[in-house]
Amino acid sequence: MNIAVLSGKGGTGKTTVSTNLALSLKANYIDCDVEEPNGFLFLKPNVYTEEKVMVEYPVIDDNKCTACGACVNVCEFNALAKVKDDIILFQKLCHGCGACEIVCKYDAITYDKREIGKIEKGIGRGINCSRGILNISEPMAVPVIRELLKNLSEGINLIDCPPGTSCNVVNALRYADGAILVTEPSEFGLHDLKLAVELVKMYNIPFGIVINKDDRKDNIIKKYCKEENIELIGVIPYGRETAVLYSNGQILYDDVHHKIIFDKLSKGAREVLLWN
Amino acid sequence: MKIAISATGKTTEDSLDKRFGRCEYFQIHDTESEEVKVLENKGQNSSGGAGIEASNQLIDENIDVIITGNLGPNAFELIEKSGIEAYKCENIGISSALEKYKNGELEEIKMSGPAHHGGSH
Repeated sequence: MNIAVLSGKGGTGKTTVSTNLALSLKANYIDCDVEEPNGFLFLKPNVYTEEKVMVEYPVIDDNKCTACGACVNVCEFNALAKVKDDIILFQKLCHGCGACEIVCKYDAITYDKREIGKIEKGIGRGINCSRGILNISEPMAVPVIRELLKNLSEGINLIDCPPGTSCNVVNALRYADGAILVTEPSEFGLHDLKLAVELVKMYNIPFGIVINKDDRKDNIIKKYCKEENIELIGVIPYGRETAVLYSNGQILYDDVHHKIIFDKLSKGAREVLLWN
Repeated sequence: MKIAISATGKTTEDSLDKRFGRCEYFQIHDTESEEVKVLENKGQNSSGGAGIEASNQLIDENIDVIITGNLGPNAFELIEKSGIEAYKCENIGISSALEKYKNGELEEIKMSGPAHHGGSH
């Protein structure tokens, strides 16, 4: 069972929910917010393996290249450009699709590999933890996310997704059997939640909402859930103590009051996402 | 000589768009024939590498001069290697921008502005 934790809006508490739910459910924690993975700050795992993530890019043989420009025209990602009698490559924009190699009539293009990030695996607090890390200045996160999610282990996997509804989230959702959408009762929270709901609905998987920083009122998120007939998994009440623990990098689940909150959320998640 | 200007519209009444890769149109003014050709910037809707796409389009048109706000690092590299001169201008009317260029009042772009990777997903 792979459960994606996403949000639309950033900073609503995806990592807080994923790390603490992982502890409550004794699930595997997977941080696929590879541009800024922060779950390990809380779970502090001992990392036992590190793997490089490689992507392909074209290499042009100047002796064979006639600068005909066929490769430039076929490239959908603007990774190639023709200047006078020279083909210029913008390596970081290449998606490694192979089209340039196919269209080159002079066999001038071959592919080489380069590193764009890595995957780390470890054990923290008794659970399996893994994360992807995209190297600084690399614009494409998807290859790292795919590598991280392609061989998930059995059992419950909690996938801590990137914010937004970009390709990064779309690719993470491909591996999910259910989704938890974390939001907050603010206009921004609601606005971006709607985008996330629209996205999740395309996958035909069960999903439900967790409200973080809940004001204990009949707020805009609760009204939206009712109107749209979306299941509310549960809430994390707004509280100073929560913020203090979090800002010290502490696990909320260690605190007795918060343990109750997250155990209740994991029960809610089991009900809404329909697994035993 | 062919001068390409990043523009918000298709006429000389419209104004210059300071964005190069993401502008809506390029107006190409031919100083000899006095003809004007308007191109829709293909870079505008590309998911990434907008400046490269826009440059490719202008290089194909055999442009001599570009008037725009800024060039990003990728576009700058291509424009420089193509031997095209680029000049910096504010978002004023197209006709005034051309006038300023003719009077030698515009500053040449000698280095690139910051990169934008906003739309690279």
